[in-house]
Amino acid sequence: MFNAYLENTLAYDPALCNGCGMCVNVCPHAVFEMNGRKAVLARPTACMECGACQKNCVTNAIAVESGVGCASAMIRAALRGQKEAECSCG
Amino acid sequence: MINIDSISPAPNILPTSSHLTRADRWDHFLARVGWKRGEHRVEPGLYALGSPTPDSPVFVTANYTLSFDALRSVLGGVDGYILVLDTQGINVWCAAGKGTFGTDEIVHRVFATGLKNVVRHRKLILPQLGAPGVAAHLVKKQTGFLVEYGPVRAADLPAYLKTHQATAEMRRVRFTLRDRLALIPVEVTQTLLWSALAVLAFYLLGGWFSALAALTVFIAGLVLFPILLPWLPTHDFSAKGFILGVLAALPFTVAAFLGNSSLAWWKQTLLGLQFLLIMPAAVAFLALNFTGSTTFTSRSGVRQEIFRYIPAMAWMGGIGIASTLALMFVR
Repeated sequence: MFNAYLENTLAYDPALCNGCGMCVNVCPHAVFEMNGRKAVLARPTACMECGACQKNCVTNAIAVESGVGCASAMIRAALRGQKEAECSCG
Repeated sequence: MINIDSISPAPNILPTSSHLTRADRWDHFLARVGWKRGEHRVEPGLYALGSPTPDSPVFVTANYTLSFDALRSVLGGVDGYILVLDTQGINVWCAAGKGTFGTDEIVHRVFATGLKNVVRHRKLILPQLGAPGVAAHLVKKQTGFLVEYGPVRAADLPAYLKTHQATAEMRRVRFTLRDRLALIPVEVTQTLLWSALAVLAFYLLGGWFSALAALTVFIAGLVLFPILLPWLPTHDFSAKGFILGVLAALPFTVAAFLGNSSLAWWKQTLLGLQFLLIMPAAVAFLALNFTGSTTFTSRSGVRQEIFRYIPAMAWMGGIGIASTLALMFVR
């Protein structure tokens, strides 16, 4: 209850992992961990969908719909009829 | 044969230092209060810090003064180069999200500054939070430079440089009380006009008592909420905001109820209830809007929150305002 953050768009296919460890390096929320020569999803619900892991995964083992987790940007986009919310703080 | 290096532009290296001047600190203050956001810019390009040699490390950052200064101020005693990307005055993480702190800009800046003629090695040290915009393998492919992701916080760089290995702790983004306090001035100044108008409107509607309630909403939503964030129960920002809003509304409800004991019981009750309807809805809305300022909310989660809670906020606020107006007419 009262937790809207349990589901996200992060998808990981361990079969494609080459063990480079880049996802572990770039994730700011320790979502990935190395287990031997493979990355594993250690804390999937902590993912904030920043997209750093996907961007730096050479083998495309990771997919995530990255975007801004900002309510005001999303509400503004909805009111203006835009599909994609763009952060406009600066 | 044409030597490709000889036709590259002559490196134009700008000087900098790790020392922050009074003017720098004044600029930081203005940035923190939201004065002319987007105009706290550093000239993009290549900077020399100390007395770098061709073997000195190259650090990459954004052309936002707070980013550039956070980096250079921790590098006292380090000789190195700082490659400043053109992120249009936006910090590293936000610019990475927009893609301006990104692969293309790095590639462009490496060639535009003639970096290959300045350093002998082929390594760039990036802040970890630049990663959402940068594909390290593509930078390597297009420039020959290996991207090394340093720690999240510049403050950890000196420790990082000893081993070039970031600890798990260095890789985690935090959202400390200090971080949250630093956001309050800009949250307040960004909504100042709307807050002032709302307080004025409620003054005209219901006098100083209503104006005070409106002011309390803004203080609760923009100041208390960021401070209390981790300690408010539940996980969702809106739910936390509702709880804080109820606490903020209770004194007004009790005072309005007790202060109108001469009226019919249903009028008395409605007078008290209107605060309990409008204030929590408004605080919850401000709380939900704080998601964009945090370091951990996902788009999926925020979207869920919007669907789950905005209807409740709208109903509560709508009924509250309707009953306020109705009471004005029957009084």
